[in-house]
Amino acid sequence: MEGSFVELASLRGVRRQYGKVVALDGVDLSIGPGQVLALLGANGAGKTTAIALLLGLLEPDAGEATLFGRSPHELAARRNIGVMLQAAGIPDNSTVGELLALTRSYYPKPRETAQCVALAGLEGLLPRRYGRLSGGQQRRVQFALALCGSPRLLFLDEPTTGLDIEARQLVWRAIRELVAQGCAVLLTTHYLEEAEALADRVVVLARGKVVAAGGIDAVRRHVAQRRIRCLSSLDAARIAAWPQVRSAQRIDARIEVVTDAAEAVVRRLLAEDAALSELEVQRAGLAEAFLELTRDDAGDASSPQAREAA
Amino acid sequence: MDAMTDTPAMPSPLRSYLLEARCEFLRLLRTPSFALPVMLFPALFYLLFGVLLNRSDGGQAARYLMATYGVFGVMGAGLFAFGVTVAMERERGYLAYKRALPMPPGAYLLAKMAMAMLFAGMIALLLAVLGATLGKVSLAPSQWLLLLAIDVAAVLPFCAIGLWIGTLVGGQGSPAVVNILYLPMAFLSGLWLPLSMLPAVFARIAPAWPSYHLAQLALKVVGMDAGGSVAAHLAVPAAMAVAFFLLARRRLAAADAR
Repeated sequence: MEGSFVELASLRGVRRQYGKVVALDGVDLSIGPGQVLALLGANGAGKTTAIALLLGLLEPDAGEATLFGRSPHELAARRNIGVMLQAAGIPDNSTVGELLALTRSYYPKPRETAQCVALAGLEGLLPRRYGRLSGGQQRRVQFALALCGSPRLLFLDEPTTGLDIEARQLVWRAIRELVAQGCAVLLTTHYLEEAEALADRVVVLARGKVVAAGGIDAVRRHVAQRRIRCLSSLDAARIAAWPQVRSAQRIDARIEVVTDAAEAVVRRLLAEDAALSELEVQRAGLAEAFLELTRDDAGDASSPQAREAA
Repeated sequence: MDAMTDTPAMPSPLRSYLLEARCEFLRLLRTPSFALPVMLFPALFYLLFGVLLNRSDGGQAARYLMATYGVFGVMGAGLFAFGVTVAMERERGYLAYKRALPMPPGAYLLAKMAMAMLFAGMIALLLAVLGATLGKVSLAPSQWLLLLAIDVAAVLPFCAIGLWIGTLVGGQGSPAVVNILYLPMAFLSGLWLPLSMLPAVFARIAPAWPSYHLAQLALKVVGMDAGGSVAAHLAVPAAMAVAFFLLARRRLAAADAR
């Protein structure tokens, strides 16, 4: 790996089809030491396919996937990684301790069991059978199995889906601690907060293409959209015609407005309906917002706004 | 981070193989729907048909059935351990997860094979204990050992057949297919009744079943075989084991590249 930028994992010009469905269409991405890269996108955008290619679970139809400068099929490459997949299918009738001991044995310098337990919050769970744990506990066991090999690169496919807030905070803390020790992380997520909390770079996939990539701040600027919800008797069709409103619709008693200028729209909503109640303003999900962006650019897919320069 | 090309110290693959096998063994033991029928059915059938119902034949049935129920037992161990568990684990994504980890090559299947052989050995021992005590079968030590060795090796062709069935029909369908295959094949191979007591047509087609050949080997040890060639009885199951394993591997590779 010549050059100053050392890649831990990369996809170059990767294309992958399932039958007639194109899952990835000319995707480039790479991750360097100590980086935290968040791969964002709606369901079906190609995130899981990208991870499967980097892990050697799938072969690209065109292009190349590398892991530590090698083919992902090489054991020597995979000894540097830890893996948490969405569906791990871990056998229900193994205990947490057995699973941890087995997975640690695959690695040259595994992390101490006690440390794995502390990082993933598995206190008291070692003798328990995996199948008898709650969904959140199972997810934390999968996380522990991912970090138990002292990996230099961690693959986390939607690590906090199904976790409650407390468990999510614990996993985030653990990821930050690993990153502080020099571990790089490639994570996929639906949640903007998760990308914001952890990642320093973001790649957004939509319909198998990279539609945006760059630093988290640069990407965040593209997501000005917010979603306003409230109980109101105003006419949704009329709100939809207001300036800076992207869409407005009535869902039962509620009105839902998507806008780039939430403050101005909220002011006007309150002014026009004194009886308005249960006002909520949320940032739109990053993936949804980018889907919106790509729809606007439908005729010009080759020049996404924030494609990374280098 | 300039160590892109260096290879980290090798973890001991032997330790991984042993832990993999241990996990597999504990899991099978904790799966009553596998462990109980596989271990107990041959023993219960033997008690019923070999010991209780055939007291007046001078121990012939006790001797014959001890040999054939051993083969019947290991058939179940191999077919269910591979046909059902591998297919289910593949469907649940566990195989893909294992492939993403730096697991030493073959550890997964080797562990399963080793555990199927261990279960086969336990079935053979259980039958031997019942045969020697309640069935009053008396054999030389070398005969007991040979019977044990035949049962332990006999599980392998059924592992391969089970693996192949699992790749064909998946985890939901494989228990049904395994049962459809398992019980008739046992009957048609003379594992429950000597073939001489069945219509002649069954004896003519029996050499098609691997279980027939394995049963003949076991019966030769107790001096009750039909007099066929040992080489043929060894070669047919061995060839079937290799053939079905290769077929299964081809199907697994094709499915994984999907």
